[in-house]
Order: sequence, then C-alpha cells, then structure tokens
Amino acid sequence: MALSANPADAVITVRGLRTEFDATVIHENLDLDIRRGEIVALVGGSGSGKTTLLRAIIMLLKPAAGSIHLFGQEIIGIGETAAFRLRRRFGMLFQQGALFSSLTVRENVAVPLREHTRLSRRRIAEIADLKIALAGLPADAGNKLPRELSGGMLKRAALARALALDPALLFLDEPTAGLDPVSAGAFDELVAQLKESLGLTVVMVTHDLDTLWSATDRVAFLGERRVIGYAPMRELTQAEHPLIRAYFEGPRGRAAREQACRAK
Amino acid sequence: MAASPAPSTVLRAVIRVDGEQCRCEGDWTLHGIEALDLQPRAIRWPAGELWLDGSGIQAIDTTGALRLLNIVAELEQASRSVRLVNLRLEHEALLDLVRERRASAGAVPPPPMARSALERMGRWVGSHARHAIEFLAFIGEAAMALARLALRPGWFRWRALLGNIETAGVHALPIIALLSFMMGVVIAYQGGQQLKFYGANLFIVELVSLTMLRELAPLITAIIVAGRTGSSYTAQIGTMQITEEVDALRTIGIRPMDLLVLPKLLALTVVLPLLTTFADAVSVFGGMVLAQVMLDVSFSDFLDRFPRVVTPISFLLGIGKTPVFAAIIALVGCYQGFQVRGGADSVGRHTTISVVQSIFLVIAADALFSIILGGVGLWR
Repeated sequence: MALSANPADAVITVRGLRTEFDATVIHENLDLDIRRGEIVALVGGSGSGKTTLLRAIIMLLKPAAGSIHLFGQEIIGIGETAAFRLRRRFGMLFQQGALFSSLTVRENVAVPLREHTRLSRRRIAEIADLKIALAGLPADAGNKLPRELSGGMLKRAALARALALDPALLFLDEPTAGLDPVSAGAFDELVAQLKESLGLTVVMVTHDLDTLWSATDRVAFLGERRVIGYAPMRELTQAEHPLIRAYFEGPRGRAAREQACRAK
Repeated sequence: MAASPAPSTVLRAVIRVDGEQCRCEGDWTLHGIEALDLQPRAIRWPAGELWLDGSGIQAIDTTGALRLLNIVAELEQASRSVRLVNLRLEHEALLDLVRERRASAGAVPPPPMARSALERMGRWVGSHARHAIEFLAFIGEAAMALARLALRPGWFRWRALLGNIETAGVHALPIIALLSFMMGVVIAYQGGQQLKFYGANLFIVELVSLTMLRELAPLITAIIVAGRTGSSYTAQIGTMQITEEVDALRTIGIRPMDLLVLPKLLALTVVLPLLTTFADAVSVFGGMVLAQVMLDVSFSDFLDRFPRVVTPISFLLGIGKTPVFAAIIALVGCYQGFQVRGGADSVGRHTTISVVQSIFLVIAADALFSIILGGVGLWR
C-alpha cells in the first residue's frame, strides 16, 4: 500500500486508557495494539467494557486518561477537521444496525458518500447499489425502508453502510447476535472474504464462539478493567487466568472448540 | 489495498492512451475516482480491439473496481471488444468479487413510480377517513375501559394517576403562571387604551375578568397543556410502541388501555380545571397590576368591583369546558402514540400531528360551546 512500507505496523494503539462513567471505572491502564490486516475480536463477560472500548476508539466517548492512536494519529484532543478526515477511513456497524429509519436502504448507504465525497447523485446511487450487493443483499432491498427488513437483512444493510466509503478499518459490534446459524456463518464468511480482497482490518465485539474460532486472527479478552489475554483463539483457550478459563471452559465453549478442532 | 492514504497522497485514477496502448494508472479508489470523474466518452480510444492494461493501477477498492467494470461495460455497449490485461492478482480477485456479488444480487429495480396527483389525493382522503373512524373506535375503547373501571374501582392504578397529576399539573404551574400573567397584562393594556379614551377606566375590571375567566384562561391553559403534556403522551407511548414495550404489556396480560391511557385521561381531567382556575387568578392579577400602573385603578377599587360584576356563573362557564378539553388532549395524545410504527421519524411525525390536532379540536370544541351556550341563553 502506498502509505506503509511495513505491513505489520499498528492501525490502532491504545496506551494506559482509563474510562469512567460517573464513579464507575470501566477501564484502567488498558493497552491494546491492532495490526493492519488483522481480524481482532474483543471478548469478555457482560459489563467488561467491550463496547465502551470500541466507542472510545471511534471517538464517540472521551476517555478520562490515556492515549489512543488511529492510523498513527493521536485522537485524544483531536481537532474537528482532523477527526472528520479520520472518520472517512473507518466504518462502524452498530449493534442494532442504527439505520436511519426515515431513509431507504440505498439512501442510508448513500449518506456517508454524500457527506464525504463530491460525486454525482447517479454515481453515488451506483456505488450504494454495489455496497448493498457486496453485503449480500438482493438488489431490490435498496428501495426498502429499514422497518421492512428482517433482522439478518438489517445487519447486512448496516454493513453496507459501514462499507460505503471503502474503509480500511471496520468496527463491528456484535455482528452475528440475533442471527440464525446459517446467516451468522454467512456473515463470518463475508467479513473474511472482504478482509481477504480489500485488506481490511476488522475489530469486532462478539460473544459468538463459532465466530471466534472461525473468523478471528487474534482475540483480546477484557476483564479486571484491562486486557488480560491477547492471543489467537487456540492459545487463548489454554490461558491460566481464571476469568478466561471460566469463559471458555463452559459446555458451550468446549463444544465450539471441539467443533473447531474437528473442522481443522 | 483499501488502506486509504491521506488525501494529499492520493493519485488520480486515469486512463492514458498512447497510440495503440491504453493504460489504467493511479489510485482506483473512492478518493482517486472522486478527484477525476472519468468519462470514457471523453477519451479518444484507438480503433480495433482494446487492450486495457491494468498494471499501472496503484491501488483499487470496490468503488474503483465498479468504475472500471462500468467503463468496460459502456465500451462494450458501443460494440467495442475490450480486454482487461496485466492486472495484479489481488486486483483481479477484487474485480471477481465485485462481479460475482453484483450478479448474485440481480438487476437493480427502478425506484417505485411517482404517484399521480389524483391518486395521492385519493390516498390522502382515504387515510384521513380511516383515521377518523379509528379514532372514534379508540374513544369507544377508552369508554369501555372506563366502564370496566367503574365496575371494579379496586383495580385502578392510583400510583400512575398520582404520578400523572404531578407531571401534568404541578410541574406545569410555573409556565402557566408566567403566560397567563402576561396574557392578563396584554388584554388589560389593549382594552385600557380604549377605556381611557372614554374615561371609563373602572370598566377594566369587567373587561379583564370576563374575557379571562370565560374564554382566554381555559383556552390558553388547554393549549399549553396540549403542547406540554399531550406531546409527551404521544412520544412516550410511541417510543414504547417501537421498543415493543406495549406488546410486552399485552403479553403479560395488562391492557395498555388500562395502564397507559386511563390514568392519563383521568389525571388530565382532574388537572386541567385546577390549572385553569390557577390561570384565572394569575391573569386577573396581571390585569390588576396593569390597571394600577396605567389606569389609576387601585387594587382595592379593582377587588371591590370584581365580585359585583363577575358572577360565579362566569367562572363556572369557563371551568365547565375544561374537562372536555382535557379529554380531547389526552385521547388524541394517546391515540397518536399508538399509531406510531417503525422508527424515530414516526415518533416525531405523530407527536406533531398530536399537538396540531388537539389544539385544533380544543378550539373547535370551544366554538361549539359558544354556539350551544349562546343558544340556551347562558352567554349573556
């Protein structure tokens, strides 16, 4: 790629992060590195601050202390213009989709394009239709309103919007939650395929053990207000930490591992 | 590939024609495309079979791939035969992905046809007629729920009622005080100018008191409550409708009518007469202050004359209308809340409709009251 000579350099660097809501400390002294081209999952028990960490990285939430670098640029105390320019380089898929309910799917996908480019309306519609197809939706979904879509289609439409600007970095908040196993599997495959052909870096929050085994390069385990384990899935499940053991040693965790081992 | 470099380092996507050679060069990315929107018609293509050399492409993303494929398609439509050659392996893979996904999505259907004016008018009339009937049905349902309540008063949700009385009544006192005081001042000022001209300063008492007690205080209070409380009813029920809370109530076996509508309806019927009485007092006080300052009618003169010219019947005529206004506001607010479908925009739209309709209906009902009361001779 034109910019980086070293493909292993970090897209996201978090150092000494501290976030808090009123009196509750969510993260304390949290460090995390995510390299270009990786698919990284953030896991941890409920309330361990996975979504909060994601929101801090995409500049929706101001941390109390620490530093976060996105594409090598410090985002704590970043100016409006610089933040705007950074925002066109990543896409976010929200947990509930967060599609604008008054706009059709095609218009939803067109919003970032209209905001960030000077392309003609026709060209934007063309690109939006491509993203809808890339996300695996049938072409006639473009004219529909979000409320006319099923849960799985909603996630795909939201993915299409997240991909609108061809971002180098994609954030997914529970992308497969609430999907049937077939759709969830197809979604994992889609993300892997996009990563392969576009060189995407993907950061996702997920509880889906199948996704963790099949789609991730590394998994960061959040607990005790920081990252207590950060390794490929196979190594992470061998970790000694009691929280990690408890998470993966349940019947579901074991079943998913056995299945993953069989698949290999 | 997709890593979008800082805008300053973006190379434009171009097609360079050099004799028989056509080369794609630069960044075929969203930003590279944007910098120069390529028009294949503007390029002077060499004759014969075209060989598009892709080796000069620095970077490509899905948008760039789409543009490249579309250029090829456009040329082929002009019956040229085109071959993409020398693409890097990973670029080829991306083009394949775009091709395959577009094919599996099928053809993009045209956007739905715009409706004719006649059809739109017909739909408008139809939907309004339907809503009018549904609203009547809703009033009927509320009446049934009231009847059920009268048979079994022990089941009533007193806590919800008291909570509603507090938010709709107590919390509205400051804004009602401020606005009705100003109303009293304004009416006294306008009327006072004329009275002063005739030296009939003392008649300010009748002017302010009767206008406020009979018409303006009930009306202004109802309008404030419609804007403040009616809208919040719609927004609350509408949001609950979207988050499926209303369905959850039904599943648990609680009638939304009993929990969400009746306490609001009864609370407002209690609160609005009280608020109007309060507005009566404050607005007359406003008139009194102005009479003292501008018309030399002292507080004692004003208060001395007040009971002699204002009969209890004037007060009761004003107050008597307010339970009807209250029912209109509560029923319209709740009904519009239940009409919410889909998402956030629907909540906003129905909240607006709720306020506009309840204010309209309140004023219409007020006019109806004037006609009826005038007919029976009470409107002296």
